[in-house]
This record gives sequence, C-alpha cells and structure tokens, in this order.
Amino acid sequence: MNTIIRAIEQQQIREDLPDFQVGDTVKVHYRVVEGSRERVQVFQGVVISRHGSSNRETFAVRKISFGVGVERKFPVHSPKIVQIEIVSRGKVRRSKLYFLRDKVGKAARLKEKSY
Amino acid sequence: MVTTIMGRKLGMTQVWSEDDRLVPVTVIEAGPCVVSQVKTFKRDGYAAAQIAFGDIKESKVNKPMKGHFDKAGVEPKRHVAEVRLDEEATVKPGDTLTVDMFEVGSAVHVTGTSKGKGFAGVMKRHNFRGGPGGHGSHFHRATGSVGQASTPSRIFRGSRMAGHMGDETVTVRNLEVVKVDAEQNLLLVKGAVPGAKGALLTIRSA
Repeated sequence: MNTIIRAIEQQQIREDLPDFQVGDTVKVHYRVVEGSRERVQVFQGVVISRHGSSNRETFAVRKISFGVGVERKFPVHSPKIVQIEIVSRGKVRRSKLYFLRDKVGKAARLKEKSY
Repeated sequence: MVTTIMGRKLGMTQVWSEDDRLVPVTVIEAGPCVVSQVKTFKRDGYAAAQIAFGDIKESKVNKPMKGHFDKAGVEPKRHVAEVRLDEEATVKPGDTLTVDMFEVGSAVHVTGTSKGKGFAGVMKRHNFRGGPGGHGSHFHRATGSVGQASTPSRIFRGSRMAGHMGDETVTVRNLEVVKVDAEQNLLLVKGAVPGAKGALLTIRSA
C-alpha cells in the first residue's frame, strides 16, 4: 500500500481504547444522536468477531435481550465510541464465535481466561 | 483565475468525516503545477494558461520541449495541459499552482483515462443480459439479434456490439472535496475517479 495512504489511515486509528479480543465481554459506550439531543448508549455483550484491518476494522457484539439474540457491529475506530469497558476476558480457540448463535442458555457461556 | 490542476491518483481509502461517518475517498497527489505559457486574445485569439506537472529527467526532455520551457523560464515537466479562460489570464509564466485553490466542501470535476479492459463482449461492455447458460440452451454470452431482415438489410450504425472497452477519457463530475493538505500536496475527494493508481488526472473546480 502507498505510504501516504497508510499515513492517512494511521492518523484515524484510536490508541485510547483498550486492547480487547474475540470472546471478551465488553460494555460499549456509544454516542447516539436523536434529533438535536445526544446521549450515550451502553451495549453490553460478547465480542464474536473482529473484521478488517487498519481504520476500517469493525467488531461485532452479541447479547441476549429479552430472550432475543441481538448483534451489533461497531467500527473499532469510530469517533462515536466514547469508551469500551472490558467486563471479562473469555477463553476461546477461534477467531469468529458464530457458533454462539446456535447455543442458548447455559451452553452459550464462555470459559473465563485465567492468568 | 486558473482553477485547474493536474495530479496523480494514489489510491482509495476511507476517512472519518466531521459528522462521524466513514467516507470513501480517493487520494490524489495534486500539483504543484507551473504555468509554462500564457495565451492572450491579442496574440492567440483566445485566453488560456498552459500548466505543466510532474518531474522528468533532463535526458528525457527533447530540444523543442526544452526550448519551450526555457522561454517561460521554468524547469521542464512531464505533462502539459491547456486551461481555457474567459478573460485575460491573471497568472504569468513561472507561477506555481497548488492545491490551496480548492476548498473543503466544494465540488470538483475529475478527468482521467479509465482502465483499459481490452476487447470485451456485450455483457461486460453494454450490460446485455446474456442467455440462460444451462438446460441445453447453447446461448450464453452472445450478442443475439442486431437488427431486422431484408428491410433494411443492413445493421444500423451505432448498434452496441463487442469491442474495445475502457482506456477512454472519463470525467466524474461534482465530487466533494473532503480534505486539502497543502503541505503534502494532497487532495482527498469523495468517491472514485477514473484510472489505475498512478494515473494522471486533471482536477478542475466545478
């Protein structure tokens, strides 16, 4: 890739966010604009994928809301992300946890990483 | 006022906009261009400025070109282009044009040469539908009928057929300027522009 383009992308990358991985349970504080009002929404769930690279990278968070599975994708370097909190780190052996979609209840848990 | 500049396409990427949206942009290394000749109503019958862009090795410049650039008192450049003006030029030979002339948020027209596709069939070149492909059809990507029978017993001129595609001059109009970096001579415009990476582009303000 052209070095100038790489430099442009590098400028956009956010360094302030914690280093989270697939399998981690996170709280994403996301700025939402409703008309003229602005508020921060918190989306808590398991990171089931990280996709792409550089300033285009996105991650998907899955949670169960009122018995229904909800997945949401966020751009990692979005200025709308106020904060990412890591609630727990999961022990996983693959990069995409799409198998969680077919599991319910106790089967959908992940083992916590022990250090 | 000359509001045209030449540049080189570096490639595409995405940047975050003011309202936190990811915008697709083309990065163009635009200018600096030098004015190598000024044409006037009196001498040439019309007003124009000739602009030159791109470094060139001295050994690659032939004598007529060297003489032309020497007359203007500028270093020889690889590419030259003429910009028509409505009134007498305010620039003079030797002046430098940079990306400063464009404002963020304004619109530009970008002209370039599209990527050559070689001899292309009608499906690729004209978006014809083609045949069913399977079930014994034997009619896959061919043209189909190109006209009528003994009346008129010829094919009308301009019928869309297979042939050479691409490598044409293409202008993309009204692209939004997302960022101007005068220090690095960079211009970021929203959307795609014709040509491959490294292609020569002409950017003029809309």
